[in-house]
Amino acid sequence: MLGFLTGLFWVAVVVIAALAAGWVFRTAAIAVAPKKVAKALRTAPLTASFGMLMILVYIVVAIFAPLIAPFGETEVVSVRNAAWDDQFLLGTDNLGRDLLSRLIYAARNTVGIAFVTTALAFIVGSVLGLLAATIGGWFDQIVSRAVDVLMAIPALIFVLLLLTIVGQSIINMILVIALIDSTRVYRLARAVAMNIVVMDYVEAARLRGEGLWRLITREILPNAMAPLVAEFGLRFCFVFLTISALSFLGLGIQPPLADWGQMVKEFSGLITFGIITPLLPAGCIALLTVSVNFVVDWQLHRASGLKE
Amino acid sequence: MSHILKMIAQRLALGLVTLFVVSLIIALGTELLPGDFAQERLGQSATPETVAALRAQLGLDQPFHIRYLTWLRDIVTSGDFGVSLANGNPVTEQISERLRYTLWLAFYAAAISVPLSLTLGILAALFRNSFFDRFANASALTSISFPEFFVAYILIFLLAGAGGVFPSMVNFRTDPTFSEYLYRAFLPAITLTLVVTAHMMRMTRAAIINLLASPYIEMARLKGIKPMRVVLRHALPNALAPIINVIALNLAYLITGVVVVEVVFVYPGLGQLMVDSVRVRDMPVVQGVALIFAAAYVLLNLTADVLATLSNPRLVHKR
Repeated sequence: MLGFLTGLFWVAVVVIAALAAGWVFRTAAIAVAPKKVAKALRTAPLTASFGMLMILVYIVVAIFAPLIAPFGETEVVSVRNAAWDDQFLLGTDNLGRDLLSRLIYAARNTVGIAFVTTALAFIVGSVLGLLAATIGGWFDQIVSRAVDVLMAIPALIFVLLLLTIVGQSIINMILVIALIDSTRVYRLARAVAMNIVVMDYVEAARLRGEGLWRLITREILPNAMAPLVAEFGLRFCFVFLTISALSFLGLGIQPPLADWGQMVKEFSGLITFGIITPLLPAGCIALLTVSVNFVVDWQLHRASGLKE
Repeated sequence: MSHILKMIAQRLALGLVTLFVVSLIIALGTELLPGDFAQERLGQSATPETVAALRAQLGLDQPFHIRYLTWLRDIVTSGDFGVSLANGNPVTEQISERLRYTLWLAFYAAAISVPLSLTLGILAALFRNSFFDRFANASALTSISFPEFFVAYILIFLLAGAGGVFPSMVNFRTDPTFSEYLYRAFLPAITLTLVVTAHMMRMTRAAIINLLASPYIEMARLKGIKPMRVVLRHALPNALAPIINVIALNLAYLITGVVVVEVVFVYPGLGQLMVDSVRVRDMPVVQGVALIFAAAYVLLNLTADVLATLSNPRLVHKR
């Protein structure tokens, strides 16, 4: 009972600290940002501000990983499985590599790969979706039916199936996940563009003789941008979680590249002894997805104009 | 009623077509495999004769359409998924026992999560913008974003391990009785529950809040009906269709998304089998499991479609 209460106390402390950090960040951002951005920032709830702060921290850590990390990514610096001390803040892993450095480098690998995959899925999915909505007819029919079939197989199962076929490597994983994910992007992009294509001004643009490319980039895309950007956040979370799950299953990012999912697996045996090491990389994954979700939630709320 | 039956028949036919195409994609998998299966399995030192013999034994020397049709015929007529490449055992034998355990786990989690999420969603809609609603929403968003293994290891850390109450590994070496099963599979079931409840709760809340803005609800309120009754008697029946859809989607997720949870808890289900087979590229097993997962997925979506239509009187009594 006492343990439970202490746990609850610490959860409350963490939540309050996070919200306070969000508040400080929001105040600072409003003061620094140009007027238009600052106005939008004022509407951000504390959860979203905290999310933005955390995303910023992740980006900084990922970019400056070699400067921040005390040791190299694959450098063996100590005895195996060393405990936490002053020099190795979080101890070392089963090969004697510094865990903190590995965690920092993993930000670069995992987040970077997830970002590339999402971007690829987005480019393919939205280009096809916008094309299908604009051209219509047989092109729309063929792509839409193909996407229907691809979506009839559950995502993770399909990824596993395709990985068996093409073999495991990082490039293959990126392509496979991007392919599966682009079907979801396609659905959304097509649905959004369908509503725009029927508007009078698009008709006028067609009559003016605008080409397909200009029609899509200048007339349709600007109006379809808001929902697509929010979707990008959600898709990123999904891709990021899928890659982490694959790495956790031993089918994703392979050693010696540092990766959070793979680190969770590596340390998973310790958890039954009450050692929290495996929760650290898992927590890194969770914190990023929570942050992105908070920001996306705010953006969706803003875009929908819901006042409830 | 006849047009309802017609609609169900149409949906069923569409589902079958989808399944057929899916099976074609899955079967194409072996075709696209780079290298030669028999060669890879026997290793570099194999003589051409043994490779040819193995190819003939596995049926690899037949053209694709014949192999596909035999494969499909065996599955449809006798439920025979072929022979595992890794250990030579029949795939059906490996799958059937594990399928039972996976379904058990999915039902277990569904039995907890569906009533829980409906109640929470209705309560959140009823007291929207209250502290309870905000708290429920924030925690739902948080738990949606957590990877399954994070939730699983937190639960193991808290409830198993040193001084823990529940086992962190599921062991069915002896056939468990019902109560034993509930106890041993408690942690995986709770993990799955936590993962899906948030999503279902949010969708229930959104569906009901969407309806609460409509004029007939306002009318009911103006008549002086109690808020609880407005939600349960007036809003809920009309919100059933989206809610059923979400439940079906999440049940489909329970059956297919168990992969990671099964691996964490060493639960002897289909997901674990699939991961092991992907690792050694045991194609027949992967194909069989993928086909079963896809079938469950298609079937659940189909059921959801039909139920959602049945819940709407305007569609049932169409003029």
